[in-house]
Amino acid sequence: MKSLVLFTSIFFISVSLLAQNQGDGTIGGNFQIDVQSYSPDSLIGAQNVPEKVRSNAFLNLNYTKGNFSAGIRYESYLKEILGFSPNWGGKEGNAGIGYRYARYTNDDLDVTIGNFYEQFGNGMILRTYEERGLGLDNALDGVRAKLTMVKGLQITGIFGKQRSFFNVGPGIVRGIDGELLVEDFLKNFGDNVSLLPEGWRLRFGGGIVSKYEQDTDPTLNLPENVLAYNTRMTFQADGFALDAEYAYKINDPKTTNVNTFNPGRALYVNASYSAPGLGINVSLKSLDNMDFRSSRRSQLTDLVLNYLPAVTKQYTYRLLTLYPYATQPNGEIGLQADVLYTFPKGSFLGGKYGTSININYSRVHSIDSAKNISDSNAIEGNLYNTNFLSFGKRLFFDDINVEIQKKWSKDFKTNFGYMRQYYLKELIELLPGTGAIRSDVITSEFIYSLTTTKTIRFELQHMSVEHRKVDAEGKDKDAEKDANGFIISPKLDNNNGSWIYALAEYTIAPQWFISLFNEYNYGNEDPNRRLNYLSGNIIYVKDALRLSVGYGRVRGGILCVGGVCRPVPASNGFSLSVSSTF
Amino acid sequence: MRTMFLSLSLMILSLCCLSEMHAQDNAKQVIPSASIKNIKGEKVNSGTITNDGKPILLNFWATWCKPCIQELSNLSSLYDEWKETTGVKIVAVSVDDVRNSAKVAPFVNGKRWEYEVYLDENGDLKRAMNVNNVPHSFLIDGNGKVVWQHNSYAPGDEEKLYEVLKQVAAGQEVTGH
Repeated sequence: MKSLVLFTSIFFISVSLLAQNQGDGTIGGNFQIDVQSYSPDSLIGAQNVPEKVRSNAFLNLNYTKGNFSAGIRYESYLKEILGFSPNWGGKEGNAGIGYRYARYTNDDLDVTIGNFYEQFGNGMILRTYEERGLGLDNALDGVRAKLTMVKGLQITGIFGKQRSFFNVGPGIVRGIDGELLVEDFLKNFGDNVSLLPEGWRLRFGGGIVSKYEQDTDPTLNLPENVLAYNTRMTFQADGFALDAEYAYKINDPKTTNVNTFNPGRALYVNASYSAPGLGINVSLKSLDNMDFRSSRRSQLTDLVLNYLPAVTKQYTYRLLTLYPYATQPNGEIGLQADVLYTFPKGSFLGGKYGTSININYSRVHSIDSAKNISDSNAIEGNLYNTNFLSFGKRLFFDDINVEIQKKWSKDFKTNFGYMRQYYLKELIELLPGTGAIRSDVITSEFIYSLTTTKTIRFELQHMSVEHRKVDAEGKDKDAEKDANGFIISPKLDNNNGSWIYALAEYTIAPQWFISLFNEYNYGNEDPNRRLNYLSGNIIYVKDALRLSVGYGRVRGGILCVGGVCRPVPASNGFSLSVSSTF
Repeated sequence: MRTMFLSLSLMILSLCCLSEMHAQDNAKQVIPSASIKNIKGEKVNSGTITNDGKPILLNFWATWCKPCIQELSNLSSLYDEWKETTGVKIVAVSVDDVRNSAKVAPFVNGKRWEYEVYLDENGDLKRAMNVNNVPHSFLIDGNGKVVWQHNSYAPGDEEKLYEVLKQVAAGQEVTGH
């Protein structure tokens, strides 16, 4: 706390000194205020909210003068909007300075003290980041220096403690990362020195992260310093790119990996090819015991040090976001392929205004692993054997998606899509007995411009859902039904069965968005839960100011209304949101 | 910890003084300095992006954001004309994180977009420009002044933008936005 006061005062002294000397520094920032009212709604299983109205808000203030910048963020959770971790607001709500930093940058040096967000390589050993709309913020608090010592070589060093809501976690995080751009580096030895043909690029990188946390466990012999490293390379030639990263973490037993003393490993390979009109991307990712946190006791998204994104497509159409895959850090192997093609204008399929087609396929499996039967170590045990790059028997997720976008005339455009997906609900949502979901979704969107600034947009989507049972051995089976045809196994939760969705939106550029949408869970097994989730929104935009008022029942997921996408938690009631940049 | 903060703060302070001496070198800088990547994935300082004194349209977008794609697709068919009449350069900064950032280059090529594209995987430039949500566009004049900005996209927004852009290109005061 003392250091915070000291830091803040020094920060303001520096700012005022600079302001006096120069008078031409700039102050900028942004803010967002979200207010949500909660009506009781036992049918959708809405949580009882005694406060009835809740609000999240933040304001960023950044000062920049030449190479110097500094900033703070004030945040309030009074109390936090549902869907955010209850740790934000605590019992009585919370507000305060959640982020402050001072930074100096020039061509060779970049030093930050205070809070910072950093990523090494693809983030598999270190990524601190914020997603304000989701309530995620694992910023480090400490010091970071980035040095470009010679052309083509950049070194980053960090020391810090990680943010955990309005506190910091118990672990100390240290890290160093280097990146070498081969062609640029060779220019140090002369302008004409080159290894590769013109336009080809080669890059190497590597990083080390170490976390220190005291071992207070009475039984286990826990490592106090947990080391993780990565090595990576990228090669590019014309339209082709290959990116590979391997990461390793020493044993790091904790609750989330059932105290295993196995080390962790991860491999990520991505290859892409593109030419005008064509984009192809293929990726492979394998993970084994890669949950990495700055505290062994932390759960869920708190104090996570690395980032292991899903190798699945990130959807935005409403029904496609109902069952999104979540990475399994303890073990998975996945593949994804994505092809985008735009037919040339004037060709038979391209028509006068062009047509795009996008196909995506992803598949994620378990990794093969079995308990190590020779393991009898009571203080450094729980070992297992695994074949790192082999596809295990259990299918976690797969989906195939095709989307076609066509502009028919100057005023009329359509998007059509189809998706077939398998989603192992009991594993992904940690709900044993809920089996798996096989779904087929059709999406359609029609955009028609009435005048140059007035546009109407319709969306119609249908999702047909089949609930699948998964037996003790992980085998996929038909659901068990009673004499009346109702499902007994798997266990179903409130949202089950098939859905239909419709949206109408009217926009007057550049200021107004009016939209109404309804999701109808017509296929719910429980006839009393065949509910309509009707919702309406009016949005006003003036430059960077955005004001949105809504009312309705909203199911959780990524919501794209009013030209902006953001993740929104489930709710029933009024919502108000104001944001701006200044 | 306290002494560390004190000494570091003093260090930053002294560096600030240094920065004043270099301030003149940065007179031409039009976009704040942040660590972003070019389309090849190589780290670059956003402060080095210029358009020789002509306007820049800085657009923040993501591959998962439908209105963003709609906006950039619509601008794509106008870009040649706008370049000719106003000299504008469109800089499209993707805020996709590593889940999708490798797909940005094939995506941009697959869409036949001809923008200068950068990756802001960890939101450094997004924070420096105080962006809340995407799409968010800034029209920056040759002196680095943000003369117009707009959050969200509705078809037809480009009409207004073009009006403002023509004023900026002609060196006029931007009015009525």
